[in-house]
Amino acid sequence: MSANDSGARRALEQPITRRKLLAAGAIGGVGLATGGSALALQTRSASPAEHATHHDMMAVGDIRPGAFDPTAYLTQFDYGKESRLPSGQVLREYELVAEDREIEVAPGVFYPAWTYNGQVPGPTIRCTEGDRIRVRFVNRGRHPHSVHFHGIHPANMDGAFEMVPPDGSYTYEFDAEPAGLQLYHCHTVPIKRHIHKGLYGVFIIDPPGGRPPARELVMMMNAFDTNFDNENEIYAVNTVAFHYQKYPIQLRKGELTRVYLVNITEFDLLNSFHLHGNFFRFYRTGTDLERFEWTDVATLAQGERCVLEFTYKHTGPFMFHAHQSEFAELGWSGIFDVREAPHV
Amino acid sequence: MSDPALAAPEAVTRGGSRRIPSWLLGIGPLVLLALAVALFLRAGPVGVFTQAFPPVEELTIERVALPEPGLLEISVVNGGPEAVTIAQVFVDDASWVHSVGGDRTVDRLERRKIRVPYPWVEGEPHTVTLITSTGLTFSETIAVAVETPRADARYLSTFALLGTYAGVIPVLLGLLWLPFLRRLDRRWLDFFLALTVGLLIFLGVDALVEAFDTSARVAGAFQGTGLILLGLVGTPLVLAGLGSYRRESGAGRTPLYVATLVAVAIGLHNLGEGLAIGSSYATGEIALGTFLVVGFLIHNTTEGLGIVAPLGSERPGLGRLLALGAIAGVPTVIGAWIGGFSSSPLWTTLFFAIGAGAIVQVVFELGRLLVRGSAGRALSPLNAAGVLAGLMIMYATGIIVGG
Repeated sequence: MSANDSGARRALEQPITRRKLLAAGAIGGVGLATGGSALALQTRSASPAEHATHHDMMAVGDIRPGAFDPTAYLTQFDYGKESRLPSGQVLREYELVAEDREIEVAPGVFYPAWTYNGQVPGPTIRCTEGDRIRVRFVNRGRHPHSVHFHGIHPANMDGAFEMVPPDGSYTYEFDAEPAGLQLYHCHTVPIKRHIHKGLYGVFIIDPPGGRPPARELVMMMNAFDTNFDNENEIYAVNTVAFHYQKYPIQLRKGELTRVYLVNITEFDLLNSFHLHGNFFRFYRTGTDLERFEWTDVATLAQGERCVLEFTYKHTGPFMFHAHQSEFAELGWSGIFDVREAPHV
Repeated sequence: MSDPALAAPEAVTRGGSRRIPSWLLGIGPLVLLALAVALFLRAGPVGVFTQAFPPVEELTIERVALPEPGLLEISVVNGGPEAVTIAQVFVDDASWVHSVGGDRTVDRLERRKIRVPYPWVEGEPHTVTLITSTGLTFSETIAVAVETPRADARYLSTFALLGTYAGVIPVLLGLLWLPFLRRLDRRWLDFFLALTVGLLIFLGVDALVEAFDTSARVAGAFQGTGLILLGLVGTPLVLAGLGSYRRESGAGRTPLYVATLVAVAIGLHNLGEGLAIGSSYATGEIALGTFLVVGFLIHNTTEGLGIVAPLGSERPGLGRLLALGAIAGVPTVIGAWIGGFSSSPLWTTLFFAIGAGAIVQVVFELGRLLVRGSAGRALSPLNAAGVLAGLMIMYATGIIVGG
């Protein structure tokens, strides 16, 4: 997905937008809870005076540079090391390493996470239905872990019973099926803790013919219980609270956008995705390419996922957030900055 | 030790250490202690401690003020052993923009003020939560949001009036029992002295319980319990010291002296009460209903009786009586003023403890008066009934205040 990668880079190379929307982030926090709409946000963020007055109040700050970048994560897909088996079947080889690492879940708030490859969520594993998947898992953490893939595979490839001790390793090998949006996570008990500490990632199995070309984005709805009282303090998509509110995701008017949305939120029964100023095609689990629901709120229980497709008719900043207002106000909200398509 | 024969051998054995000056002997252990601390910090097993345990963070939110609509002001103190970094602020489970007055990292015993532009709703509760860099949270709830009073004429006069009603008027009314007391014979006068003892014991325990209540909100390093001990034990010691100085200078333990002591003790108690009323009002924890003021009016009238009870056989001038009433009642006003704008659990705890301590001393003095007057039968059935009656009066009038 080199097209998507360069799209993300383009988005990051626009400092003016970024600064403008820093202010929007500040106002957005206020506007949201006071019942302000995206329209109000748009008009207020356009005023430089507002920017100046709200800049000091942006004491919420920013995450450390060099840490996990949620903007890059949106479009990073790991297709593995590709080769062919004697039978002609495509073989994709991946490596997942469990390690303990402190991550920043909101500006200045650090969380002692357990990670796959040092990041939360882990890398997005992507393949095509029918590919042979081989994942070498190495545990460099201080607790036993495993990798449990959702999908159809043999019992001993399920990661539910074969726990990998610290410094141990295990190789999972199976044929990727069914096509759709899957996920992987640690299945070591206590499962609750192994998940909310950060051991999860997205697993995309493309249908053999692929999906229509689109701007593709991966969003993992996650949350963090930073004080370990079995309730979440910080909510987000892709770990960092309010990240896409501060650094909006650039979209083009008329461009098809596809969001791979997964809910891994622990402790809360449901999480959701609400899109402003638009409706989307809601493909539950992404397994059926034909049938969808036409709606603007996708509600998912823990472990559920869906593929969303939409195209913006208007330009401007549009919010997207959990429609559980509490989650939205504790970090799970962002902005799509929709602009005119470039004239070619 | 007056026998030189006994003293001499001791002097010989101690002679060996005489060569070292005594100031050095006194200070020596302290120097060694400082060395031990320095050694521990430099090379000791501190590394083991910091690695094995999670960081100990303790932030205490001392006060959440609502200076104007749309603004919260959180006062916080770090009473824990280590520096704490305030990362984010949540209000009612919503992450909110804010500014910290000073560095986000709060060193031990340092304070910060955090301003949060939050549209708080009058009359409704709000909860503020500080989340630190390690993800720990510290919360405080405003029971009923009302704009924090400013030190303007309206506020000052409101609380002056409140303090006057709750503290000054009842005490002065109580003083009017003096002519009645003068007509009583010795036995019944003692009964009223005993009754005063009962009243004061009730107030003392009340003050102590209040002190323990507020001490729970005192930042750890300032040791709420230690403050209570200082006030409770220190105050009677200071008062007793002053009393003995007075006796040495020939003034003696006159009834007026005891009455003044009672007034001072009640005044100190009322200062704490004023602080509590002011800060509860400021943080919306009490609505100043008519009923509450009436309750205080009735409740505190008994305090006036307590002051004049020792004066049953005296003829003090009107000025003197008014002075006694002022000593006991005016601190309520002062306390309410201070409590309204800048109370902290620390000062409220300390003043309640001082009030309780003063009462301990006064109960002791009143007891002496009773013993002196009753030829060893201080706890006659009538006096015992007096103490009990004092407790019951306070209990009954306390119901009106409603805790």
